[in-house]
Amino acid sequence: MERHITLPLTEELARTLRAGDTVYLTGTVYTSRDAGHKRMCEALARGETLPFDPKDATIYYVGPSPAKPGQVIGSAGPTTSGRMDAYAPTMLSAGARGMIGKGARLPEVVEAMKKYSGVYFGAIGGAGALLAKCIKKAELIAYEDLGAEALRRLYVEEMPLVVVIDCEGNNLYESGRAAYLAQRGAKEN
Amino acid sequence: MREIQAETITDVVARLCIEANERLPQDVKHAIERCRACEDWAIAQEVLDRIVENYEIAEQQEVPICQDTGMACVFLEIGQDVHIAGGGLREAVDEGVRRGYGEGYLRKSVVRDSLRRENTGDNTPAMLYTEIVPGEQIKVTVAPKGFGSENMSAIRMFKPSAGLQGIKDFILETVETAGPNPCPPMVIGVGIGGTFDKAALLAKKALMRPIDERHPDPFYAALEEEMLEKVNALGIGPQGFGGRTTALGLNIETMPTHIAGMPCAINISCHVTRHRTEVI
Repeated sequence: MERHITLPLTEELARTLRAGDTVYLTGTVYTSRDAGHKRMCEALARGETLPFDPKDATIYYVGPSPAKPGQVIGSAGPTTSGRMDAYAPTMLSAGARGMIGKGARLPEVVEAMKKYSGVYFGAIGGAGALLAKCIKKAELIAYEDLGAEALRRLYVEEMPLVVVIDCEGNNLYESGRAAYLAQRGAKEN
Repeated sequence: MREIQAETITDVVARLCIEANERLPQDVKHAIERCRACEDWAIAQEVLDRIVENYEIAEQQEVPICQDTGMACVFLEIGQDVHIAGGGLREAVDEGVRRGYGEGYLRKSVVRDSLRRENTGDNTPAMLYTEIVPGEQIKVTVAPKGFGSENMSAIRMFKPSAGLQGIKDFILETVETAGPNPCPPMVIGVGIGGTFDKAALLAKKALMRPIDERHPDPFYAALEEEMLEKVNALGIGPQGFGGRTTALGLNIETMPTHIAGMPCAINISCHVTRHRTEVI
């Protein structure tokens, strides 16, 4: 199914998304990857607040290349999500709901997604030039010293994504491959 | 004896860092187009179309194809009749990387130390390999390598008794484990032989050979074709969403090894397999 959705990602909205849906996302997302997640989780452990309100927030796992003069942002495709698996359940429990990245997630992340109605979106890994065109605003909000890994607030328009894991734990990496292989097997027989 | 200025090497490395990151090699483009034509799974076709659109945007607008502009792997084939004047070679290459990644607005992705993780700020040092060859030229190849795929690479020291089947199983097992993580469709470089370190280098070099060019030995050429077919029967597909196109190509590089060993390294790369060469 093809969906055009506007953020924030409320629980009600999250519950309507299914693994395999093509989604065009519009609204505010926050960028963070390895070092930023580590800092945010350490802040939460100390009882501090995060640099942004995590409630219903969507986090984009990205470390963009620097913007050329006149550009909003440099190339900005997803990084491998598995490196954020250690932090994702904490972020979900703090209220964040959407994650944009690429690659497999651990079972404990999927369990936390089921518990907190989280959604994992896949962006096309390696398509940094294409995805940058959907980013209309970019603003540095924290951890500037982390360079490409600093926290940024982005406004995206019609960002092309696929729901990889939905809040019931359905997983396109498993179902998509199985469906393809079943069709291939049927053709050969 | 020919004299080449260190400054010239710096200029070439800087230019190649930028060009390699903005322009996908022709052989990789052709492989993507060929795979798109053979792909019969809808979501896979859609992903491949976007991948084509992406490298076209990057080339037209002179921006990086992927935000992970990689570690700068620099290979120099230095003619033995060349004298490098006006500075050290290592400094010349690193200065080229520094300049290329700065002026090209490429991402600085290198940390000084694996455990303490402080960014070097300029993407140096280059991963530099030098080889002395006959002649009086320097062949410079810059191959930026992203780590989404580098992290899915593997090496194994087989007993010779593991034989051909051992190698075949290892390739499929490595691709299976990589799954959607290395941004498939991937390019797979396999190095067989040498020592522990040489096998890894062979695997990296295999990624720089054009992917439509087969191994000169018919035995390995057939193995490349067979394994590419088998990898593409796994069904992982572009981005892991399912489909035929799991890999664009599979190259094997080989060299002699010890009577007691059979090292095999597999270097995984993505659909943004970059390399650019210039001869000075």
